[in-house]
Amino acid sequence: MTLHPILAALRKHKAGVVLIALQIALTLAIVCNAIFIIQQRVDMVRRPTGLNEDNLFLVTQQWVDAPDGDNPAGLEKLDSMQQADLATLRNLPDVASVSPIRSLPLLLSGSVGGVALKPLQQKAMVDANFFYGDEHMLSTLGLRLVAGRDFTAADVKHKGFRDDSEPVLTIITKSLADRLFPHGDAVGKVIYFDSSSTPTTVVGVVARLQSPVDPGENALAWNSVMFPVRQDANFARYVLRAKPGRLVQAMNAVTPALYAANPMRVLDDRSVRSFADIRARAYRADVGMAILMSVICLILLAVTAAGIVGLTSFWVGQRRRQIGVRRALGARKVDILHYFQLENLLIAGIGAVIGILLAVGLNLWLITRFEMDRMPVIYVAVGVLAVLALGQAAVFVPARRASNVPPVVATHAA
Amino acid sequence: MFGYYLELALRSLRRSKGLTALMVLTIGFGVAASMTTYSVFRAVSGDPMPWKSSKLFVPQIDMWGPSGRSSDGEPPDAMDYTDAIKLMRDHRAKLQSAMYEISPSVVPADAGKHPIHVSGHAVFSEFFPMLDIPFKYGSSWSADDDTQRAAVTVISNTLSQKLFGDANSVGKTVNIEGKDYRVVGVLNAWNPQPRFYDVVNNGGGFSTDFEDVFLPFQTAIQASIRNDGNTDCDANPSESGFIGLQHSSCTWIAYMAELDDAAAVTAYRQYLDGYAHDQQQAGRFGWGPNNRLRNLPQWLDFKHVVPSDTKVALLVALGLLIACLVNTAGLLLAKFLRRSGEIGVRRALGAPRLAIYAQFLTEAGIVGLAGGALGLLLTGMGVASVSWVLPKDIAALARVDFSLLVLTLLVAVMATTLAGLYPTYRAACVQPAWQLKSN
Repeated sequence: MTLHPILAALRKHKAGVVLIALQIALTLAIVCNAIFIIQQRVDMVRRPTGLNEDNLFLVTQQWVDAPDGDNPAGLEKLDSMQQADLATLRNLPDVASVSPIRSLPLLLSGSVGGVALKPLQQKAMVDANFFYGDEHMLSTLGLRLVAGRDFTAADVKHKGFRDDSEPVLTIITKSLADRLFPHGDAVGKVIYFDSSSTPTTVVGVVARLQSPVDPGENALAWNSVMFPVRQDANFARYVLRAKPGRLVQAMNAVTPALYAANPMRVLDDRSVRSFADIRARAYRADVGMAILMSVICLILLAVTAAGIVGLTSFWVGQRRRQIGVRRALGARKVDILHYFQLENLLIAGIGAVIGILLAVGLNLWLITRFEMDRMPVIYVAVGVLAVLALGQAAVFVPARRASNVPPVVATHAA
Repeated sequence: MFGYYLELALRSLRRSKGLTALMVLTIGFGVAASMTTYSVFRAVSGDPMPWKSSKLFVPQIDMWGPSGRSSDGEPPDAMDYTDAIKLMRDHRAKLQSAMYEISPSVVPADAGKHPIHVSGHAVFSEFFPMLDIPFKYGSSWSADDDTQRAAVTVISNTLSQKLFGDANSVGKTVNIEGKDYRVVGVLNAWNPQPRFYDVVNNGGGFSTDFEDVFLPFQTAIQASIRNDGNTDCDANPSESGFIGLQHSSCTWIAYMAELDDAAAVTAYRQYLDGYAHDQQQAGRFGWGPNNRLRNLPQWLDFKHVVPSDTKVALLVALGLLIACLVNTAGLLLAKFLRRSGEIGVRRALGAPRLAIYAQFLTEAGIVGLAGGALGLLLTGMGVASVSWVLPKDIAALARVDFSLLVLTLLVAVMATTLAGLYPTYRAACVQPAWQLKSN
């Protein structure tokens, strides 16, 4: 089939052609960028934190009228209160292990400090997330040790929440170890925190531990350090691992047990949270954005398909007599079907070319305006195939109807 | 004449039900998607105090110097204790308050009840008149209470009801962190979003928490009620504990000042520069003044309080609306040109072009109205469902109100009429003679 008759016919329907092409272009531009946004968010949410997340939960509680942690006697009192809580929690039948903890990945609250290889360095080499816990921290969190050793009970010290004296020992993440010691020999090396003069020895390296502060992908995301330190303050956090399948029972047992041990504290409905809940909350905006973009894409594709069906149906109705004539002159049904399919492919093709420009333009604009990433070409390529396929699917129904126009129509008066 | 066009339009729409339904659905979904995202955008980008926001200013002082500045040279966005207290003492603005976020425990008088956790701020007395905060009972504490470090508090109506029932609780005592405070005021429902007066301590500026308790700044400091918000340090404090934090250059205090006219703003700017200059002279700062003084809208913009996701979603939804309009234009074109014969007859019988315009634009308007009605329904559903899709602190702010309803209908009708302009123009161009001949 030659394109000539199609082009000749299209010239008679300029406005309709322009509108369909424009709509396909807009659809392509929006859908490519939306799917790119969706894909980015899905990738982000699916990154593992490094924790064994099943059966893990966090308890945050605050003591009422707690002793002042700024003086030594108060500090000791606070620490004994914390130790009593830890003993209470370890005795719960459904709890497998417990550690005090400063923060957890994705909690959106935590502390960050600088790391350097030399003492008293004004500008830190790299920033890292600080985790504080005892000898049960690694096993409770389910972290994977790739070099060196875990903390032992003898390593664990305790100090005030705002006591910035540097700890003696640390376990760091592989990402940080690779940054500081590219030769892979971090264990046994000495590093310095927050421009201090106190050396801290790296005793172990864990595979992965995500930042508590920023769930995004940035320099800080995977650089974390752990200290064998119980922090004493007027509040305390405990991370607990329930025995397999006993998460709900373990979580329900915590509040009554802690109140029984000491009622002068605040525990409310947000004090005991499963890690699944912490994860869902941290990524809620991203999941929400992905859902919103998906809904908009679906509406857009449906509207575009409906538009093509509507306008092609009109053209078929308008050209019934011409179709009849062609049939009478010997064109087969399939020729008529192909005519409309090819016509749609042509229009959708023009639309797709404009759409590619619009899609790239929109992406560039989002980059400058909203710090988005550059969209890989594959999204545009898939998008083009998708709108062409959508056009073909949408045109099929009216094209079939056209192919069923009987040749006798040619003899009807106009 | 309009009645006649209305009748014609309805008859025409009834004749091709499929096409009409398609257009109404297109407009309905397009309008609903953009209105739903707009309702979220409107909720997060609204001016929290439109009558006063341009008079409220957030000063920033460069107490960290070049090494502590962000890559674009901005000084820290909060203040350390030393500078905040100095600015409060100098008292150069009409009204001003330093503030920090607290989250103390409150022990109910009823011994059977467990202590509860509340959040709030330690502020100076001028905080309340500066932000036009409505009181249900009582009032703010006095400037004297500020300096005397009086054990007084202003609590929210929610907390008052929780502790004392419906009674006026002014004069009663609340136990906060183990110490007694006398209630001097009870707020009327007041929970502005974004929490514009202390953006730095509220990740992103929005919070589902209520502000339940306000204490005098110096009283809270003296009672060692710790700050619950962010603490940023350029160097480790040389002393430990809360006292160490107060003596350090760590930033953890938000500051706001009311400056009523341009002269006051200029004077305050000069004062800040003079202050920084004095600090340089005294050797505390090893660098020249690098202050900022942004008014509230500028400050919220600078802190990116409106999430960029919300803006992108709105843009994409507007793109969808445009695509829907192009689609409607195509369908209307098909619909109108199918009736070339009818138009030819009307024109031949003496109808002027203007009459054709009126007739077809009426038809487009009716499609828009129907689409708008469907859009209203879908917008209602959309706004209701954002609460389980978007973060609660933002989703809770999106709501359907009268202005959103009117806007939805207006956008639908205007947009459809706009989309109908070209098809109508084409319809009006129909040559009567040619149509009559070919029929």
